[in-house]
Amino acid sequence: MTLINRRQFSVLAAGAVATLTAGASPLLANEVKGLEFLAPSAPGSGYDQLARTMQAVLQEKHLASGVQVQNVAGGGGTVGLSQFITSRKRAPSILVFGFALMGGIITTKSAVTLDQVVPLARLMGEANVIVVPATSDIKTLADLVAKLKANPQAVSWAGGSIGGIDHVMVGLIAKAVGVDPTKVNYVVHAGGGEVLASTLGGHATVGISGFEEFRSQIEAGKLRALAISSGERMPGVDVPTLKEGGVDLAIMNWRGLAVHASTPEEERKALAGMIAAMVKTEEWKAALKKRGWLDTYLPPAEFAAFLKQEQVRVATALKDVGLSQ
Amino acid sequence: METLSALLHGFSVALTPYNLMWSAIGVTLGTAIGVLPGIGPALTVALLLPVTYNLDPTSAFIMFAGIFYGAMYGGSTTSILLNTPGESASIVTALDGHAMARKGRGAQALATAAIGSFVAGTIATVALTFVAPLMVRVALAFGPAEYFALMVLALTTVTAVLGDSLPRGLASLFFGLALGLVGIDLQTGQARFALGIPELLDGIDVVVVAVGLFAVGETLYNAARHRFEPEEMYDLKGSKWMSREDWSRSWKPWLRGTLIGFPIGALPAGGSEIPTFLSYLTEKRLSRHPEEFGHGAIEAVAGPEAANNASAAGVLAPLLSLGLPTSATAAIMLAAFQQYGLQPGPLLFDNNSTLVWGLIASLYIGNVLLLVLNLPMAGVWVKLLAIPRPWLYAGILIFATMGAYTLNNNLVDLVILWVIGLIGFGMRVLDVPVAPCIVGLILGPMAEQQFRRALAISQGDLSVFVTHPISLALLLIGLLLILVPMLLRRRRAAQLPA
Repeated sequence: MTLINRRQFSVLAAGAVATLTAGASPLLANEVKGLEFLAPSAPGSGYDQLARTMQAVLQEKHLASGVQVQNVAGGGGTVGLSQFITSRKRAPSILVFGFALMGGIITTKSAVTLDQVVPLARLMGEANVIVVPATSDIKTLADLVAKLKANPQAVSWAGGSIGGIDHVMVGLIAKAVGVDPTKVNYVVHAGGGEVLASTLGGHATVGISGFEEFRSQIEAGKLRALAISSGERMPGVDVPTLKEGGVDLAIMNWRGLAVHASTPEEERKALAGMIAAMVKTEEWKAALKKRGWLDTYLPPAEFAAFLKQEQVRVATALKDVGLSQ
Repeated sequence: METLSALLHGFSVALTPYNLMWSAIGVTLGTAIGVLPGIGPALTVALLLPVTYNLDPTSAFIMFAGIFYGAMYGGSTTSILLNTPGESASIVTALDGHAMARKGRGAQALATAAIGSFVAGTIATVALTFVAPLMVRVALAFGPAEYFALMVLALTTVTAVLGDSLPRGLASLFFGLALGLVGIDLQTGQARFALGIPELLDGIDVVVVAVGLFAVGETLYNAARHRFEPEEMYDLKGSKWMSREDWSRSWKPWLRGTLIGFPIGALPAGGSEIPTFLSYLTEKRLSRHPEEFGHGAIEAVAGPEAANNASAAGVLAPLLSLGLPTSATAAIMLAAFQQYGLQPGPLLFDNNSTLVWGLIASLYIGNVLLLVLNLPMAGVWVKLLAIPRPWLYAGILIFATMGAYTLNNNLVDLVILWVIGLIGFGMRVLDVPVAPCIVGLILGPMAEQQFRRALAISQGDLSVFVTHPISLALLLIGLLLILVPMLLRRRRAAQLPA
């Protein structure tokens, strides 16, 4: 840990020098000092990318200084969560989490849960997309639904980890069209890359993953996008929503932030203010756009309410697919 | 022709002093992190991403590619000298590489690794330049059934490392397979043998086990025998250059390693370990000195080292042409592409040809830089072995422990390392070979996942493994690899008494 932190420190030092030399914006008086993000996953993962994007934007806009990102991978994020909950914090610290961790807590029957942290903000969302190879005889979502109804086992779905967003979405689709979710033939793959390969190669019937993972293949005409999971169409993307295709469902892979339950009210407010200021910056909007993330910002109270609903929905979905009791 | 002119344009981009500098920084950094166990190229690139935010994408990717290739070179150094593989791709190198070092031939082992890496890296880069689209089409033909057959084929490697006693070798293999079961089962989400410890949910890290068995176990064993044996330096004996015989025994393994490594690297779930296994097996089967394997055969270093470098180039084929990451490092590089708003995939070559060809050209340059950097270093590195044994042993144990910790910053890994280390010590005392355990641990879980995926897709129909032509061919090759040596042995045995 010391090694990484030292490395990160030198990284930060380099970043700080870069921003100072660029130094156009004035220093703000209420800058948060020595902020730490805990990403409960490996470097390069979704949580990590979000943390490091925030790190860059917060420092560039002088909303925070000395920002560090710590990665604690394992157990679907629950190892990081338990470390976040049990360790004593000297500096302000923020947990990055999202849909996957929420599902991971249920499937791993984790001893630590999200009830032990306080939601700070929802930051972004990613729509999922259902694709088939361009050569497939499935042309529309209706074709797929018909096939699924005829014989659920004959439709193999290539998707990410068990209990993750892809799996939950398949379960919810099956339920929505009146197919027993436990009969769904869901084939787990290790990450979007393998899902892409399995789908492009025609090994699985359909592929399901984040839109960005499939984007270039859809644009190149190698994959046909049947439906996108967001409630509304994505700007500039000619793919119908699930609702348009006759399946009454909208679901997004979201990520957000939380703080330790012991965080003083004052500090919590300062951090929420910092995030609220960050999401308004041009740099943040540009970073979201580059990565294909949708701006689904929610402030603390709204996020907490959303989280409650989402937990119930996902827990039910996981029960329906036979993952938890 | 079009490719050639594009490549020339790429060289004009990569050969500017500014980009050359980034390439040099990349390969140096890559070699350094390759040498340090626990810090891999994936982590390094991830940590550098925020710093390179304001850098020109072409320069950033030239540096990342340097890190990627450099780590493959550096990984062999600790395997050979300290029996401490830094990443899973260099585990096989440790088998004979360290044996060579103990015989005072460490310099030759390092040299054949470096030159082999250069040869493989360069040939594979040429292949990447000209046949990447073809490679990718072949790679996509691999579904779960084909992967399972490939794993079975790789599993036959175990026959080359079983040692003299079949029961002992199999015991080690099954120990490895059992260790591979620990953690969440991907297909059902159920925890297996995790003992309620959250850190075990992701399974036991192969590198921790390899370092435990090789570095900790071996070192403890040697230290335990230290009192009964005269002090003997592992220092260099004779010339530090490769002899004519070394060259003639190395060049074919380099080429064969490349041939095995590149296509498997391009497979989305091929991994970097399988080509090293297959190369080891091939070399042992083809060698005129199979009895030297395990005791410092130079072919067993040359082949696998070439194979892991060629597979590194293979990884770039699906990454650039499909946006398909096939390794942890490739996944981070994909994230890096996205940071710059670039979309790897079929359109990348058209939209960002300067970047792609500059990157490919930089791979050729990086390989040359790495050879220049590493070959003279071989002579310096082997000086490590001149350290008196007690100090060397202490050093290896500290180095191994530090490496296992930095891997995931996880105390549980340290406990696993030392428990496995003590088991490794026991295995060494009882003369149980440790290599089959590693083969089982790496291949077992992969084979299981692919087997179950194949059956899920076929709805339980076992015939998929023999009705898919690629799968059938791979299984038949595996069968031949087991049967032919047995038949040959029987024939030889029949001839002998006469």
